[in-house]
Amino acid sequence: MARTELKLLGAWPSPYVMRPRIALNIKSVDYEFLQETFGSKSQLLLESNPVHKKIPVLIHKGKPICESLIIVEYIDETWSSGPSILPSDPYDRAIAKFWGAYVDEKWFPNLRILSTAEGEAKDQVIGTIVEGLDLLEDAFVKISKGKTFFGGGQIGYLDIAFGCYLGWLRASEKMSEVKLLDEAKTPGLAKWADTFSSHPAVKDVMPEVDKLVEYGKSLVAKYRAAKAASS
Amino acid sequence: MAEEEVKVFRTWSSPFPLRVIWALKLKGVEFDTVYEDLSNKSPLLLQYNPVHKKVPVLLHNGKPICESLVILEYVDERWKQFPLLPQDPHERAKARFWAKFGDDKVFQSIVYGILFKQGKEREEEIPRAMEILQHLEEELKGKKFFGGEKIGLVDLALGWLAYYLGIIEEVIGLKLIDQEKFPLLLQWIQEFSTAPIIQENWPPRDKLIAKFAASREAALAQGLK
Repeated sequence: MARTELKLLGAWPSPYVMRPRIALNIKSVDYEFLQETFGSKSQLLLESNPVHKKIPVLIHKGKPICESLIIVEYIDETWSSGPSILPSDPYDRAIAKFWGAYVDEKWFPNLRILSTAEGEAKDQVIGTIVEGLDLLEDAFVKISKGKTFFGGGQIGYLDIAFGCYLGWLRASEKMSEVKLLDEAKTPGLAKWADTFSSHPAVKDVMPEVDKLVEYGKSLVAKYRAAKAASS
Repeated sequence: MAEEEVKVFRTWSSPFPLRVIWALKLKGVEFDTVYEDLSNKSPLLLQYNPVHKKVPVLLHNGKPICESLVILEYVDERWKQFPLLPQDPHERAKARFWAKFGDDKVFQSIVYGILFKQGKEREEEIPRAMEILQHLEEELKGKKFFGGEKIGLVDLALGWLAYYLGIIEEVIGLKLIDQEKFPLLLQWIQEFSTAPIIQENWPPRDKLIAKFAASREAALAQGLK
């Protein structure tokens, strides 16, 4: 595949951008990674994702595909001869997609809330995040069936969907000075997190936690400045 | 071959279980229906959907599947007749994109941004809603349904608009879409809402108007706290 046939628009801090990168690594597919500059959106991004103007966008033979988990599924269906990312059984696929939607819609938004929360509100959101991790621990035990990943012996859709948030989870722990992923409470997830992060398809696209902390702090500062200016 | 047990947990009014009902009926799949009262959830619902405690739930041979768009894809994979998704991966990705857009943007804007708001907040949301609906208008160019010649996943995902939008307009006393700006969307509304199977499964209009009016009152009261 010529590199010019496959482009990925993204940015290094984005967990969503990690998802197609891991998927393409699993399939051993080469691509051109085009990083967006902070604070501005490229013409290519605006043209290929006019509805949301967001990253990631995969551009394959000139055709754009948007929304990170939809891109992952597209990669799995297009490069079907490589290792499978979605499970083969429809019920297992439904379970993987259920939890993918859960982490995106219910669980991850709390990490954002945590970054600017204080006092009682902070305690409350920490509780919510930890409760979510308990649910995910149960899900991991049920779905992995004693194997290493949600996907079994290999990284799969749900590993990618949830695992992409690990960088920001660790960064949040540092920024808010709180332990969220606790191996005493969620041993399965704690072990999985380490194995996932060091997997060859993942380690080079997982951002460094300290860099995320630095970036996260700058976002919080901007938010606080904007809030002060408007009050 | 063991007999298939297919059950759908729904309420009489929610549009999300309707998607599943439509899909199963379009595919000619026999199923039982369990009506839930969400103010008094059954032990079975809590057992089958412990994470969200919501409808719809599809129970297939004892195994529960939750989240309506996830259920739609499951149904499409299990029962191959009347396919809801195209074969081509890029076309499938586009269909999934628009189904997600419907839930993330269209529903959010019209229900949470307009129906459940009043005054300045509502006024400010209306142009955003128009922009959002304009994307749907563009997507319908040259097509009878979002799925092309036949109803597909995106039609089922957005289908609630074809009936509930009119109900919302009546409750708020405001017309949101007109023939001049949204001719294709209005045509789709007509085609979809009167299509076989779709037409027979709409909940009663007057009851829905009353229910939505009550939900709006409750939301406004909450918002004022």
